[in-house]
Amino acid sequence: MIRVVLPAHLRTLAQLDGEVELVVPAPVTQAAVLDALEAAFPVLRGTIRDQATAKRRAFVRFFACEQDLSHDDPDAVLPDAVLRGVEPFLVVGAMAGG
Amino acid sequence: MTGVRVLVGTRKGAFVLTSDGTRTDWNVSGPHFAGWEVYHVKGSPADPDRLYASQSSGWFGQVIQRSDDGGSSWNPVGNSFAYAGVPGTHQWYDGTPHPWEFARVWHLEPSLTDPDTVYAGVEDAALFRSTDGGQEWTELRGLREHGSGPHWQPGAGGMCLHTILLDPTTPGRIYVAISAAGAFRSDDDGVTWKPINRGLRSEGIPDEDAEVGHCVHHVAMHPSRPEVLFMQKHWDVMRSDDAGDSWREISGNLPTDFGFAIDVHAHEPETLYVVPITSDSLHYPVDGQLQVFRSRSGGGEWEPLTKGLPQSDCYVNVLRDAMAVDSLDECGVYFGTTGGQVYASADSGDSWEPIVRDLPPVLSVEVQTLP
Repeated sequence: MIRVVLPAHLRTLAQLDGEVELVVPAPVTQAAVLDALEAAFPVLRGTIRDQATAKRRAFVRFFACEQDLSHDDPDAVLPDAVLRGVEPFLVVGAMAGG
Repeated sequence: MTGVRVLVGTRKGAFVLTSDGTRTDWNVSGPHFAGWEVYHVKGSPADPDRLYASQSSGWFGQVIQRSDDGGSSWNPVGNSFAYAGVPGTHQWYDGTPHPWEFARVWHLEPSLTDPDTVYAGVEDAALFRSTDGGQEWTELRGLREHGSGPHWQPGAGGMCLHTILLDPTTPGRIYVAISAAGAFRSDDDGVTWKPINRGLRSEGIPDEDAEVGHCVHHVAMHPSRPEVLFMQKHWDVMRSDDAGDSWREISGNLPTDFGFAIDVHAHEPETLYVVPITSDSLHYPVDGQLQVFRSRSGGGEWEPLTKGLPQSDCYVNVLRDAMAVDSLDECGVYFGTTGGQVYASADSGDSWEPIVRDLPPVLSVEVQTLP
């Protein structure tokens, strides 16, 4: 089970109280997790990554295991702790603005 | 008793303000979509309980919300705005080609007759239409591809399609306006388009009389006379009596003819309202005095309306989509400010009262007159 933590605005949009648990088929990559997330919550399509290009939106970041995975290959396998459900995959609204 | 519902979009959410026909006591509902920018909320003329809202965020992009119960509850609908074909480029601020990129929906215009049909004006400028209540959106590509598109250039606020007017008497006639390209008209339900900017003069562009390139801020019409258009341009208030084929200036005695908002009285097609703003570099009222100006002669001669409005130390702006009228017997006029006030007049502008004073900066105001 993959644990995903969303920022507050996206939890509100998806009508979620806490973190999301997803069954993601191997290989468990950023792209696979986001595919599963958007399949479970279609309202999130376009809010994390562009619907046409699948590129991460500029002010969204992906963290896990105290690492910034935002610039990693979307098809790279996520850290083992995320795969085992020990650590969540964090979708974060980037610090921006003044 | 009849009533009114005022739909307010702000930098941090949407608010629904309701009152009975006296327009003295107001109920304030919101914020809806708290923390998100809501550029526009508008109701269907064919079904007043059907509302559409444009919710967006620099972080999380565009969401379209729909209400089927007058704003009590909302549900997200489709948010995929894909340009048709290969969109190509427009001009960037420095004159270089720049790819068309969707940023947000500025304006939602529901059909006059079908609650499930709604138009969306977007940045980068294009017009989309949904015929299934906002689930799927299709670009009316003839506008962007009619020929001048590669020469369009963004204004300071982005290259936005911010005005959509549906002609209630001529089937298939649609007007739109784009900053900073100008006004355009379709006579075949959005398939083909032509620029309608003859008579506009803009000192800020190399050819002052160019076919496109004018920074039109807003256009208004009265439904009983849709061939007559009124425009607040970057500078200049303009009028067309031939469906936009030609324009003439009606700024007259305005203290400044810069501004954003313009609207028409619900029952008097020659009565107009504007809010003069000092200049393109001073986006606040002249001398800190918030004044609506009214013309009862179709432009040219204007009178200041100040009763109930702050006449000192007021440095707010009134944005292009932030003025509207109701259609009660005594026409109500409403506008919102970047200071978070929404002012209402229940007597055609003679006097004003704030409905609310401390909302986030107001981006848009629309009004529904309820049975």
